[in-house]
Amino acid sequence: MKVGVYLCECGSNIAGTVDLEKVAESVKDLPNVEVSRIYKYKCSEPGQELIKEDIDEFNLDRIVVAACSPRMHEPTFRTVLEDKGLNPYLLEMVNIREQCSWVHKDVEKGTEKAAALVKGAVLKSAAIKPLGRKKVGVTSKALVIGGGIAGIQAALDIANTGYEVVLVEKDSTIGGKMAQLDKTFPTLDCSACILSPKMVEVSRHPNITLLANSEVTEVDGFIGNFKVKIRRNPRYVIEDKCTLCDDCVPVCPVIVHHEFNEKLAPRRAIYISYPQAIPASYIIDPKTCLGIEPLVCSKCKDVCEPEAIDFDMQPEIMEEEFGAIVVATGFDTYPIENLGEYGYGSIHDVVSGLEFERLISAGGPTEGVIRRPSDGKVPKTIVFIHCAGSRDPAKHLPHCSRICCMYSTKHALMFKQLDPDALAINFYIDIRTGGKDYEEFYQRAAEEENVMFIRGKVSELIQDVDKILVRGVNTLTAESVELHADLVVLATGMVPSEGTKEISKILKLSTDIIGFVREAHPKLKPVETAITGVFVAGTASGPRDIPDTVSQAGRAAVKACNILAQKELEVEATIAQVDELLCRGCGFCVESCPYGAIELKAIDRYGHSYEIASVNEAVCKGCGSCAAACLNGAINHLGYTDSQILNLIQALSEG
Amino acid sequence: MSKTTQETESQNPNPNIILFLCRWCSGKGADLAGTSRLQYPPNVLPIMVNCSSRIDPQHVVEAFLEGADGVLITGCNFGDCHYKTGNYKTFRRMSILSKLLKQVGVSPKRFRLTWISATEAAKFAKTVTAMVDELKKLPPYKINGKGGEEL
Repeated sequence: MKVGVYLCECGSNIAGTVDLEKVAESVKDLPNVEVSRIYKYKCSEPGQELIKEDIDEFNLDRIVVAACSPRMHEPTFRTVLEDKGLNPYLLEMVNIREQCSWVHKDVEKGTEKAAALVKGAVLKSAAIKPLGRKKVGVTSKALVIGGGIAGIQAALDIANTGYEVVLVEKDSTIGGKMAQLDKTFPTLDCSACILSPKMVEVSRHPNITLLANSEVTEVDGFIGNFKVKIRRNPRYVIEDKCTLCDDCVPVCPVIVHHEFNEKLAPRRAIYISYPQAIPASYIIDPKTCLGIEPLVCSKCKDVCEPEAIDFDMQPEIMEEEFGAIVVATGFDTYPIENLGEYGYGSIHDVVSGLEFERLISAGGPTEGVIRRPSDGKVPKTIVFIHCAGSRDPAKHLPHCSRICCMYSTKHALMFKQLDPDALAINFYIDIRTGGKDYEEFYQRAAEEENVMFIRGKVSELIQDVDKILVRGVNTLTAESVELHADLVVLATGMVPSEGTKEISKILKLSTDIIGFVREAHPKLKPVETAITGVFVAGTASGPRDIPDTVSQAGRAAVKACNILAQKELEVEATIAQVDELLCRGCGFCVESCPYGAIELKAIDRYGHSYEIASVNEAVCKGCGSCAAACLNGAINHLGYTDSQILNLIQALSEG
Repeated sequence: MSKTTQETESQNPNPNIILFLCRWCSGKGADLAGTSRLQYPPNVLPIMVNCSSRIDPQHVVEAFLEGADGVLITGCNFGDCHYKTGNYKTFRRMSILSKLLKQVGVSPKRFRLTWISATEAAKFAKTVTAMVDELKKLPPYKINGKGGEEL
């Protein structure tokens, strides 16, 4: 056995705090060490060449590289070994940057620690063995969870590349939040006009299977081979038979709030969210319908000529396999109920941004005429309060949601366009217009359309007869402001949707404090997640606007296709292995395995039948829990065997 | 002058702690401490495994037998384990072990189990610093009749 030790200076990142000469000196006399070298950037091409040359010259069969975190360059150096015909697992990496030079300033102690760690790795390397890289097939089909603009775009992009996609949407229709918008900033494009063609494309695309009114309930497996359970909730209306004639709606006796219209309008228990909904079919809300267990009303069924209504539909559980998953579960707006200080709940004419969006929408409950919720009058003065519940870590959300400045400006501008004599007043903390043409849009609102902007916070809203007294402060003039408004709009920010929270739990994605899915790297891996093969697009990973969401969805789709395009993938080689002679068949490992990868199987030993443990290599993920549970030391965790860990412990424990 | 007083106060100026990291959460947290340039004492020597549930209680005992002054095990927070339930197993195993260690006279201050997420770099640095400070107040751990406070 011949070990080569390579110490990386990483410019001054490591060499600044660790005296590598001393470390090199200390490893010289360790057993099996044939050569040790220091180099400025070991990961560079010449740095890698050095290792290759040494492998030839000294016939090295174990390589120890002390450099940055293995998360950065373990794959790089493994390739070096592979290029030279060595097994890639004969590499041992020591992290002397993130966990040594960067966290200690004392050169002497830092050097001591680095030397100890390198010594540990050299001793451990004596016990490492070549491992076989296993390959598994890839199911070339993608799952997209969430049917908002992010999910729609990702599904279309994957499908257009030529792979099958299943798009799962919890709601009765795809479209998401974007479908609720009237116009989009800064171009004032009609939201439905740009969205609905994409929705129709989804429903017609031969590669896309759309499962609306469905939920992902369980995900198992790994990259290339996810096993997913999807619950298809009953629609009670047969999609193919429904002709959208609307005969069922007038006869339905149940009237409830319409969620799509932010509860500003009623709907029946049988309804369609909005006319352009996809799938284009009515749906019965089982919570309020009187026809579903017990059947006390069947008026809609009676009038339905195509006989599309079926009260006996049951939830179906589907099981399917996928190669990659895109999470596009989106956002909710910050619950406006939390904003009691702005009178929500006690003052009728305080509405949220999304409620205002429905009020101003041509397809909304008021058909585009802004009417106050309290008395239906058309307001002449509207106050828009920016950052309502945002940038307020003490009481509400700490973050900026990136879109609220723009959508409030858009609302104010649209209101002014409807009624140029009206007053639109924005109270803001800062105006953030970080997007293409956003600043110009804001300038246009302020200068050409006479939208007022007051820098300052609103302190109080008081109902004053039929108006709202708004008290605030103008921080630029240091004067207090008091004015009467007919309607107040609170620009609420984004929080992760319930679906985002649920799916993070199901997929075991890590999230931030607010609950947004965390990216694998905030800059360089913006759509990758902690789980390989699972990608995130759009507002599920944080507040963003439509253009960013669409581009993210495109990247997520490409990333998913990268996986689907491969015939087979290499899987974890560091898995559990049973020493059949030592196993006594107690089954402790079977109980400890979180994946059910171990089972007891009968073998014949000297004419007697014994039960011993057996590992399913395709299912084992390599946590090593079974190896710790085994009392006989009969299960070993390849890559982390007892002898390797004990060698390390021995080397590091000697004080 | 202050240095000498400090030295008399601390019985073991240079405790040696074996630190177990899991690859997914606490290992990333420790890396993040580096990227964020948080400072902590160099007395911890990391051993990375895939999951904290890989750590056999035997490994901990071995570390003490080999002369470590302390052992710190870190893993993902409950619910965050990359391997679903590994950290629960670690918790159960190590709870029993900590009782045993106490019974054979190893101070509980020498053995710690804590959960650190990939973003809790500050918690990682704080935990390490606190443990090193504690162990400085204890004499070096010795076993096999060579002294020390425990046996």
